[in-house]
Amino acid sequence: MITLDAVYALAGLLFAGVALAIGLDAREPRGLAGAGFYGLLAISFLLGGQLGDTANGALVLGLVALAATGALEGARGSAGARTDLSPAPAWKLFVPALTIPLAAVAASLVLPQIRIAGGPLLSPTAKSLPAMAGLALGVLLALGLAMGLLRRPLTEPIQSARSLMQAVGWAALLPQLLAALGAVFALSGVGVAVSHLAAAALPSPDRLSVVLVYCLGMAAFTVVMGNAFAAFPVMTAGVGLPLIVGRYHGDPAVMGAIGMLSGFCGTLVTPMAANFNLVPAALLQLRDRYGVIRAQAPTAALLLAGNTALMYFLVFPKP
Amino acid sequence: MHGHPLDLLPLVGVAVLVAGFVVRLNPLAVVAAAAFASGLAASLSPLQVLAVLGKAFNDNRYVSLVWLVVPVVGVLERAGLRDRAREAVARFRGPGGAPLSAGRLLLAYFVLRQITSALGLTALGGQAQMVRPLIAPMAEAAAETSAGQALDPARRDLVRAHAAATDNVAVFFGEDIFLAFGSVLLIRGVLAGGGHEVSPLAISVWAIPTAGLALVIHGARLLGLDRRFRRAGA
Repeated sequence: MITLDAVYALAGLLFAGVALAIGLDAREPRGLAGAGFYGLLAISFLLGGQLGDTANGALVLGLVALAATGALEGARGSAGARTDLSPAPAWKLFVPALTIPLAAVAASLVLPQIRIAGGPLLSPTAKSLPAMAGLALGVLLALGLAMGLLRRPLTEPIQSARSLMQAVGWAALLPQLLAALGAVFALSGVGVAVSHLAAAALPSPDRLSVVLVYCLGMAAFTVVMGNAFAAFPVMTAGVGLPLIVGRYHGDPAVMGAIGMLSGFCGTLVTPMAANFNLVPAALLQLRDRYGVIRAQAPTAALLLAGNTALMYFLVFPKP
Repeated sequence: MHGHPLDLLPLVGVAVLVAGFVVRLNPLAVVAAAAFASGLAASLSPLQVLAVLGKAFNDNRYVSLVWLVVPVVGVLERAGLRDRAREAVARFRGPGGAPLSAGRLLLAYFVLRQITSALGLTALGGQAQMVRPLIAPMAEAAAETSAGQALDPARRDLVRAHAAATDNVAVFFGEDIFLAFGSVLLIRGVLAGGGHEVSPLAISVWAIPTAGLALVIHGARLLGLDRRFRRAGA
């Protein structure tokens, strides 16, 4: 049976390759520190499941210390990225590029159905596994195709990965670390504190106020926690069910659907939802870490206002 | 209704996070400090916070799996993917012979992404799989074609940011129409916990008005992006 560990191991090998490429490059100014950073990351992905919580915590502090002392600055990998080749024929580039999403979606649909030796091929416990296994398979297939069609040197995948990772720098780790912070927040009772604030913000419990507090509270809670799924149960139990449904006989299906989507408006503007907002900024090498959030903020604000209006007009029974 | 003062103590972690980001310390160090502030305020010992942080970091490794895409994107880009994407977009002519603008290209991607998400195909797309290798270079190329010149870094970043934003908005406000999506099931579970049995279909139907609103709002902004570029290019 395949678990997420197999996909993590693949990423671990990639980070180990990047660490080696940096460490073996004599012209790299802070090669040892840089290799140490990606080496620790490789250990986390290859062995994190066996390490134990405290050791993983120490590993996090090591990564943060290396990044904060500038181990990743002044890297030269990105400078060497330019090649003077004339571009390959379009189809040899687009076929592998399109293979990534197409194979990913096909694999994410097919793999969970496959049963092998009396059990499922993919472990059913990890919800993100089909998508992640799909991504890994799509990448492997695309890489195989690209290398076969383009006939590039065998070291090029790792060397070009190293260039891109060095261009991104410590920002590559920020999303995962922020996601971890969300879990620490949840454990420390930040969610409960925010729901107290939301309840205290309710001026008078008329229809408009409860809809406003519920929708804006969903968005604000999501901004803090980075996840609408964490906000929904708390806000719905605290404000939605007792007031919108209980007192004013609102339709629970309308409330739930539009309430959750109000939370998604918050997801669009928070760095805590790092995989949606900070990962692409790093992936696209934007100079402004919050560039994607800035691009999304007007849509999020207008949509939240529209959503609140939709809830107000749709949720209550017609007189 | 008013919380006991102690209930608000864990919020110091949020305060540390915001303050650290505002004074622009290294964000990784800020996040680690915020975790310790929040955990210590909830009266965990430093060693306990270290373990909680370590476990959470380990559990969230899937967030960093997007970097798997980097070797193949690197190989394709070194072999000229961006140049070819630019040529393909430049050759494209819409009805009336107009070249493809960045806003229209992203709007077309938005519609496609929202529909496929509503059908449950959320993996068809995404920042690592689709935006970085294909959509962002094509949008950049379209913007360059309409401007008739290379983009300055600020505008190049703006187009890239909008490519990423379009993917996010489309999937967020499309996927809830799909019956089996996680959030529909979560909504159903929470409502059932409060004594209200609701069918998944009822929930997903009420996601449609917001999906339409998202299309109108974000679509108008994407076309506005084109107007901004035309004005600046003229």
